[in-house]
Amino acid sequence: MAGKTLYDKLFEAHAVRTDADGTALLYIDRHLVHEVTSPQAFEGLRLAGRKPWRVDSVLATPDHNVPTTDRSRGIEDPVSRIQVETLDQNCHEFGITEFGMNDVRQGIVHVIGPEEGATLPGMTVVCGDSHTSTHGAFGALAFGIGTSEVEHVLATQCLIQKKSKNMLVSVDGPVGPGVTAKDIVLAIIGEIGTAGGTGYAIEFGGQAIRDLSVEGRMTVCNMAIEAGARAGMVAVDEKTVEYFYGRPYAPKGDLWDKAVSAWFDLHSDDDAEFDRVVRLDAAAIRPQVTWGTSPEMVVAVDAAVPDPARESDPVKADGMRAALKYMGLEANTPINQIAVDKVFIGSCTNSRIEDLRAAAEVAKGRKVAGNVKLAMVVPGSGLVKQQAEAEGLDQVFIEAGFEWREPGCSMCLAMNADRLEPGERCASTSNRNFEGRQGQGGRTHLVSPAMAAAAAVTGHFVDVREIV
Amino acid sequence: MDKFTKMTGVVAPLDRANVDTDAIIPKQFLKSIKRSGFGPNLFDEWRYLDHGEPGMDNTGRPLNPDFVLNQPRYQGASVLLARKNFGCGSSREHAPWALLDYGFRVIIAPSFADIFFNNCFKNGILPIVADEAVVDRLFGEVAAAEGYSLTVDLQAQTVTTPSGDVIGFDVDPFRKHCLVNGLDDIGLTLQHVDDIRAYEQRRKSEAPWLFQGEP
Repeated sequence: MAGKTLYDKLFEAHAVRTDADGTALLYIDRHLVHEVTSPQAFEGLRLAGRKPWRVDSVLATPDHNVPTTDRSRGIEDPVSRIQVETLDQNCHEFGITEFGMNDVRQGIVHVIGPEEGATLPGMTVVCGDSHTSTHGAFGALAFGIGTSEVEHVLATQCLIQKKSKNMLVSVDGPVGPGVTAKDIVLAIIGEIGTAGGTGYAIEFGGQAIRDLSVEGRMTVCNMAIEAGARAGMVAVDEKTVEYFYGRPYAPKGDLWDKAVSAWFDLHSDDDAEFDRVVRLDAAAIRPQVTWGTSPEMVVAVDAAVPDPARESDPVKADGMRAALKYMGLEANTPINQIAVDKVFIGSCTNSRIEDLRAAAEVAKGRKVAGNVKLAMVVPGSGLVKQQAEAEGLDQVFIEAGFEWREPGCSMCLAMNADRLEPGERCASTSNRNFEGRQGQGGRTHLVSPAMAAAAAVTGHFVDVREIV
Repeated sequence: MDKFTKMTGVVAPLDRANVDTDAIIPKQFLKSIKRSGFGPNLFDEWRYLDHGEPGMDNTGRPLNPDFVLNQPRYQGASVLLARKNFGCGSSREHAPWALLDYGFRVIIAPSFADIFFNNCFKNGILPIVADEAVVDRLFGEVAAAEGYSLTVDLQAQTVTTPSGDVIGFDVDPFRKHCLVNGLDDIGLTLQHVDDIRAYEQRRKSEAPWLFQGEP
């Protein structure tokens, strides 16, 4: 009999019961909650007279609507304010731990979960947010759910699930200097497409993935959903274990030793069989820039905007033409000739301390270009911000002309006041370049933190390896 | 949740691949703390020529005449015909809420994004996966005949065209059961309380660190 994949192991360990047709009741260890996808779930509980099954499994924080500027005046937009206040009230009513807007531990759910050790290897982690796949970086089974399922997990601690298929994406060999986790995952999406992982749980492996820090692996798993996979994951190794040592929610003493020995089994068996295997040559990956309105519309920075005339699939060619029109781009334009209006460094994809260090290294001693109207850095959490300030990164950014903001989702999806105006072009370290994502009519190009900083200081896309 | 058994409805064709949830319901409408009222803002950025915000009166807003749902022949549509990877992007259940509130009960596409697909079933919407060739043919038939309607029978798992062609489709038996009977998942899961408690007991002794709340 073939061995088990990491996903098989995680799924089986959490199946409370399984019906003959494979429908399982999956136990959820950690439930992260934010203000956007939870109000209707709490309301559902109230209407049915139900209580949360295990309040100690839930950790809540407001992140999508919070302002990234001075918070002493609260939230100006009354609709956003009501949503954040509703989360506060619901957490209070049901006895759920919440890191409120002015708590230093507040931040993007996918940053604070691991930061607190609330996400641990071997857990099932869910959140009403598709980027929950981030937490798979630690050998956890983590995926996004809708609001009905948020209510379901609150009420029962379980989800009704069928097992996905197994996919291995192996990035073989080492990447070249200056190529980051973001470039790796954009290259993967460019290869398999935004629906390539639909119906699968993806395990990322190969030397290039093993070489990444755990934060880099979070960036890769974060965007598994952009490849269509609800869950992405990476096997546990020494780096994973080291990351959690001493974190507030992490086990201590004897329990730590016991946990660690269990965690080292969180990898696919050597003889595990995957339904699909995709291999990429890491050495061939160059810094990536998206040019269209889907993350799969991506090329290397030294390439040009693709030409729909050379696309044989008519539906795809139509999609390319629509994307070029929306993006205000001509086919065959070299990527490094595209100028930007705004730069956004942040989001659950790239707002952790290593991301900020990478961007600061490029920004240091340089100035934001004159044609760039706004370059902003939004740390992923209050603690990331604190750490960055302790390292003097805030000063590096401010001296270079970047704005240094308070933590939250910010311009990744522009639910707060941070947004693009129609026609504005942005180099963004976020995860989605959909039409209107960063503001109606806004044009998003997804890049790594170093590439975003390079675009900020030169005013256009440039291969960061040429300037550092 | 409303039951879904059999319905006949006008088909609206949305001829575009990778329609994402930001397009289905833009982020500014996610600030609502209710489940209803999203219909007027379905596909807001494609449907209207101005910028929509929550709380606006949508009845007087300028419509984009090129957008399919604004064409008179598709008024009252309850079946949406779409291209591959429909519903990709975020987990926002506001997307199916908006489609349902507008009046769609069935979406037919060659493929759907996983989370969106799942969210549809929780809200009484039936997403049907059909072969690309079948979808192509339906796009052609819809364009050719004003008032083109399909009859969808979930019990029999069939879609019937106006000319009487019957197209079968697959659906997960459990999801079908819930949809046909309008069942609440939570109620079903709570029938297994003893299993959940037994699982918790076992896991607490095997892996107690998984049961740690705020330190």
